[in-house]
Amino acid sequence: MNADSYVAIAFWILAIGMVLAAYAVVALPRIIHSALALVLFFFQIAGLYVLLRAEFIAAVQVIIYVGAVTVLFLFAIMLTNRSYAPDSNPANRQWIAAGVVSLGLLGTLLATLGRQTWPTGGQVPANATVLLGQLMLGPFILPFEIAAILLLVAMVGAIVIARES
Amino acid sequence: MPSTLWLILLLPVVSLALITLLRPAPRWSGRLTILAIGGSFVFSVVAFFEMLTRQQAAVAAHQEVEPVVSMVPWFQLGKTSFEVGVLADPLAAIMLLVVTTVSLLVQVYSQGYMAGDPGYRRYFAFMSLFTFSMLGLVLAPNFLQMFIFWELVGVSSYLLIGFWYHKPEAAYAAKKAFITTRLGDLGFLVGILMLYAYTGTFDFHQLQAAVKVGALGGAVLSTAMVLVFMGAVGKSAQFPLHVWLPDAMEGPTPVSALIHAATMVAAGVYLVARAFPLFQAAPTALMVVAVVGGFTAFFAATMGLVMSDIKRVLAYSTVSQLGYMMLGLGVGALSAGMFHLFTHAFFKALLFLAAGSVIHGAMEQDLFKLGGLRRHMPWTALTFAIGGLSLAGVPPLAGFWSKDEVLTAVYHSGNGLLLALGLLTAFMTAFYITRAWLLAFAGEWRGAAAAPPLPPGYALTPRPSPTGYALTPGPTPTGRGVGGEGVPAAGSEAGHGGSHGGSPGAHAHESPAVMVVPLLILAVPSVVAGFLGLPGANWFGSFLHGEEESAAEGIVIASSVVLAGLGILLGYLTYGARAISAEGLTAAFRPIHALLVNKYGLDDLYGWLVNRLYVGISLALAWFDQRIVDGLVNLVAWLAAQVGRGVTRTATGQLPNYALAVFAGVVVIANVVAVVAGR
Amino acid sequence: MITLQHFLVLSAVIFSIGLYGALAKRNVVAVLMCIELMFNAVNITLVAFARYLPATAGNPYGPLTGQVFALFIIAVAAAEAAVALAIILAVYRTRRSVNVEDVNLLQS
Repeated sequence: MNADSYVAIAFWILAIGMVLAAYAVVALPRIIHSALALVLFFFQIAGLYVLLRAEFIAAVQVIIYVGAVTVLFLFAIMLTNRSYAPDSNPANRQWIAAGVVSLGLLGTLLATLGRQTWPTGGQVPANATVLLGQLMLGPFILPFEIAAILLLVAMVGAIVIARES
Repeated sequence: MPSTLWLILLLPVVSLALITLLRPAPRWSGRLTILAIGGSFVFSVVAFFEMLTRQQAAVAAHQEVEPVVSMVPWFQLGKTSFEVGVLADPLAAIMLLVVTTVSLLVQVYSQGYMAGDPGYRRYFAFMSLFTFSMLGLVLAPNFLQMFIFWELVGVSSYLLIGFWYHKPEAAYAAKKAFITTRLGDLGFLVGILMLYAYTGTFDFHQLQAAVKVGALGGAVLSTAMVLVFMGAVGKSAQFPLHVWLPDAMEGPTPVSALIHAATMVAAGVYLVARAFPLFQAAPTALMVVAVVGGFTAFFAATMGLVMSDIKRVLAYSTVSQLGYMMLGLGVGALSAGMFHLFTHAFFKALLFLAAGSVIHGAMEQDLFKLGGLRRHMPWTALTFAIGGLSLAGVPPLAGFWSKDEVLTAVYHSGNGLLLALGLLTAFMTAFYITRAWLLAFAGEWRGAAAAPPLPPGYALTPRPSPTGYALTPGPTPTGRGVGGEGVPAAGSEAGHGGSHGGSPGAHAHESPAVMVVPLLILAVPSVVAGFLGLPGANWFGSFLHGEEESAAEGIVIASSVVLAGLGILLGYLTYGARAISAEGLTAAFRPIHALLVNKYGLDDLYGWLVNRLYVGISLALAWFDQRIVDGLVNLVAWLAAQVGRGVTRTATGQLPNYALAVFAGVVVIANVVAVVAGR
Repeated sequence: MITLQHFLVLSAVIFSIGLYGALAKRNVVAVLMCIELMFNAVNITLVAFARYLPATAGNPYGPLTGQVFALFIIAVAAAEAAVALAIILAVYRTRRSVNVEDVNLLQS
């Protein structure tokens, strides 16, 4: 077994797990279970990033999604009512149409992917995280700062909106 | 000279404006009109003599006489600029003379005839408008201006025929005249637009030049000229558009004399004469003119034989004589046609004015109720006789010379049928005018004891003009209270009849001097005007043409004189000496008589065409328009409304619905793009 | 041998599942979670591109650009989640409901 085989095994495990977790998020009848499935999904995607040699992104994924966003969701679920009710995550009336459109989109995407020849090879540099930091504070400094301001604005906005007046 | 022409044209407008704006006392409006037209007359005479001088100078220099033209730019359309102005050549000079002379005399006469009429002022305003329009038509230097004045003349004619608009017959006749002539005018308009389309000009002289260099000709010119002639057919009451003229006799008799005998109806003849060089280049069109003219002359004369209304006899006579003029023009004799127009204007105006005098004096216009008026109205009888003899073509009166010139021209053209029609017409003309004179002036009074109080609106209602007021124009005692120019109908007539009472015909009386004098003046040219165009010494023709006309033909003159004499003799034997029974004649020719009295059924045919066929087609089209066309429109509107109603349901306000639509759109567009790009 | 295409197909599947959820779910929180699924599906493609695309002359920042974009998306998604959940709380407070269909202010 070489490295590629390990990668393949890990990919398939993660891929199947991710699809199942995503499906669980959509399909589970209780909203709290959906949220927990989402946590699982976030973890698995972090694993996928490791497979892709993006260790920094994987770390960020765990910290932000699993750490912060999930907590936000759980808070929201608990602050609104009936979080454990068996019908707390129902489908609406247009679910059939939504399914058709989603499958249509999937078909379109897969067909497009199939028609295209994708490049192979490619290489992630060994010091990827260092280079990433240099990129973020070098050529991408302006978007980086804007993202910071965006986060600040979002935080202030969230506080203002959610505050009980 | 241009300023003279402008003055001739504009003086009647001034009087029209003054009458309408200042609303002077009725008698002053009449005088104002006479003053203005008198001015036009004087200037016309001046212009005529100036033209004569120029003509003589031109003849001496062996040149064609140059017309006097004065143009004012009117408007610009693209690169073409349109002009209005005045143009005078010998043709226009003669026409000016005719129009202003007859017009002036008729206005003077009208002062007596219209005395006491509530619409006195309005009458003279309309007359000014008419004179202005007619002069504008005569002086027009291009087809466009001519058409405008042509229509203005039509409007004035409409206004004057319907002058007693409270009489349903008059209103109806006015409409009939206007609409019938419009039919011809449509052709006229299309014709001149055709000429414009092919040459880019309306100007007579530029069009002539275009014909001369060959830029215009062939079928195009023929078609255009036939279309232009349609206008003349309508205005000059030629077959088949003649039906309006007899009905137009509902208007006041001076109007009939001026507009429907001497001037306006001659406008069609003048139009053909004005465009004569164009017609000459289109032999087909000229042939159409000749045939229509010849047929109309004969056709109208036959109906003139049986009419019982004195004015209608004269009306059909007018149609017939206009046919003569067209016939003359049609066989290529410009001066013959114009000469007949010239003499006819005088003797027909004379006849009409005399008839008006009869109606005015006897309060009756049915020939079979008149009679014996010779004793009561000697001057009228005399002048009517002069006019009648002139019309009948008795030498050496004016009508004889002009009619024979036309017939000679037809003879020279070699068309035997047209000549036969012309000679037959001459015979019938002599017969019916003799009949009219004898019935009206000879024998004994056959009418009611006194003019009975006819119901208002009755077709033959004589004009209410009590003698007592005839010489002192002013408000009549009746018909005043209701709206100013109200209905002066039965009341005043009853008063009139009552005041005279007494023996049969006792109320008939000679007309006042203001009416008789114009009759006498008109009698003079009716006698002598012919000497201007003697065969062999044709001054008229040389003035118009600058050259001599062809010589006379003894056989034509002889046969026309014989036929006229026979006509008069037959008329005398039937209605004067009673040697031949009129009733017997009627019985012998009963089917023909019935046909003639019914005017060949043409009125009924046109009535059927308009009331049944046209209305039927219109109703069908209306149904089609309302059901099918509007239905389609409504269907589209209904569909749009339904679609809108359906689409409204998609506006649920539900965010997931909208998002679904967005992504469905994304999928569709992505696939479309993929398919298109994949090709 | 796992290639770029595997990751792209996985991403497409997850994106479609997320789309279905976003369109078909009634609970606003669930809709939001599905939107997070879609964000992450996109992030997978970006990071996979960063791994597999060769460095080219047209890209002066090297293959790591994909990771940079993924980071920005994470930042934006976090901000979005914070604001959206605040809105959900505010709506819940006035309407006592987290049902999307109860919020129909768009209807005229």
